[in-house]
Amino acid sequence: MQYILMLYGNEGGWSKLTPAEHKQAAAAFEAYTEALKKTGAFRGGSRLQPVSTATTVRLVNGKLQVLDGPYADSKEQLGGFYLIDVPDLDSAMSWAARCPAASHGVVEVRPLFVAPG
Amino acid sequence: MSDRDAAKHAHTTAAAVARRSYGKLVAFLAARTRDVAVAEDALSEAFAAALADWPEKGCPSNPEAWLLTVARRKAIDSARRRSGGEVAVVQQQILAEDFDAAARGEAIPDHRLALMFACAHPALEAGIRAPLMLQVVLGLDAKTIASAFLMSPAAMGKRLGRAKNKIRHAGIPFSIPEREELSGRLDTILDAIYVAFTESWTDPGRIDVVRRDLADETIYLATLVTELLPREPEAMGLLALILHAEARRQARRNAEGEYVPLAEQDPALWDSQLIDTAESLLLRASTLGRIGRYQLEGALQSAHVYRRRTGVANWAAVVQLYDALLALSGSPVVAINRMLAIAELHGAAAAVDTMQELDADVRLTGYQPYWAARAALLASTGADTEARHAYEIAIGLERDPAVRRFLQRRMSALAPP
Repeated sequence: MQYILMLYGNEGGWSKLTPAEHKQAAAAFEAYTEALKKTGAFRGGSRLQPVSTATTVRLVNGKLQVLDGPYADSKEQLGGFYLIDVPDLDSAMSWAARCPAASHGVVEVRPLFVAPG
Repeated sequence: MSDRDAAKHAHTTAAAVARRSYGKLVAFLAARTRDVAVAEDALSEAFAAALADWPEKGCPSNPEAWLLTVARRKAIDSARRRSGGEVAVVQQQILAEDFDAAARGEAIPDHRLALMFACAHPALEAGIRAPLMLQVVLGLDAKTIASAFLMSPAAMGKRLGRAKNKIRHAGIPFSIPEREELSGRLDTILDAIYVAFTESWTDPGRIDVVRRDLADETIYLATLVTELLPREPEAMGLLALILHAEARRQARRNAEGEYVPLAEQDPALWDSQLIDTAESLLLRASTLGRIGRYQLEGALQSAHVYRRRTGVANWAAVVQLYDALLALSGSPVVAINRMLAIAELHGAAAAVDTMQELDADVRLTGYQPYWAARAALLASTGADTEARHAYEIAIGLERDPAVRRFLQRRMSALAPP
């Protein structure tokens, strides 16, 4: 089954890290991605640019409305995602627990929608 | 006493009874209703009634008996509701049996062991036995158990509910198996306690995660089994194993919160009281003349304690114990630990030979301790490129940030790519 892991964290926290800590954190993500690939679970994923680069678009009464900034204005921001293919939810959860983002933020696990039939 | 003091006193008393007697009360009720969920519900209603009643009327002199009397009434009510008004006479009789003795304040018969045998029954899915025991015998809530087992609270609640239904509908007995069956059935209880312990604290390949709460509860359960079955050597072995691991808890992190592997721990930080208890358990178990998996694992922990007395590790004994354990279990996890011990005893090159057998095992592809062990071995034979790759996978599969940092430090000590 395919799951998306959505990585939420406080963007401000990242900028407070020392260069050595940056390097360490980046290496942890690299290793995590590598482990996902090695076990055949990796389907895709990426880190995202900060929420300051976000734009939202919607049609209100047929009129296009474009706004600066992210849709959800929360303490923690979506900073990246992984798409994985694993046998079941238990296995998706253990990947979420191993994700470096889980130790300083939140990882949301959602199964992908599969059309019935 | 003011109202506020009375309420506080009632709360304290109820909490103390819950801590001391929860499992005993559930066991007593479940043994009669043959229904764990009904027993739990009746007891929780009785606790709620106590918190309403005791502040006003004062705490009863025998709170357990008070709770049992109320819980019995609730259980009968619930049986009446379910059978559509017609209470089965038999059931009412069953509920009445030796309740009166208990309500008079005589000792409540201890059925906790029977309850544990029901929770760890082979007819139940193996994965739910440990959570079930934690909930039914100790009264932990589904949310706490779910986090420990890395499951959503809703899913855990559902699985627990299914297991309790199965106990009721399949007629899983609340009894202690006959002597000839006992050891085999006891294994399922010990396995469930062991699973709960490793969930609270995984320590394969000398890698560990500190998760405190569940460890206390598993020590309680393991102790309980040794008290209720004082002539079962494997139960003593399990408790010894857990206590030995617990004794080293403080030493697993340095002052900065960084991970310290077993070989680098300061034995002076190990808890000598826990170690002594564990050692005497192993000694007592050995006089019963039936060796098994948990006694061997306990003895392995004990071999590490050797360093505390002598200053040097006894790797020859460790390898020997792993040989015995491997012969018994054939588990690749044991093989990994044996390989690390061989590396200590005969050098990394000797261990690399055994590693080749493991490399073909697909079950290990996602198993963190395998990659950590492999990385350490390759690094000490100078195969830096391969070691780097293995470290990377080991880091990616690790849950504990402190252990991740530890492995990253080891990796960066390798020759640059």
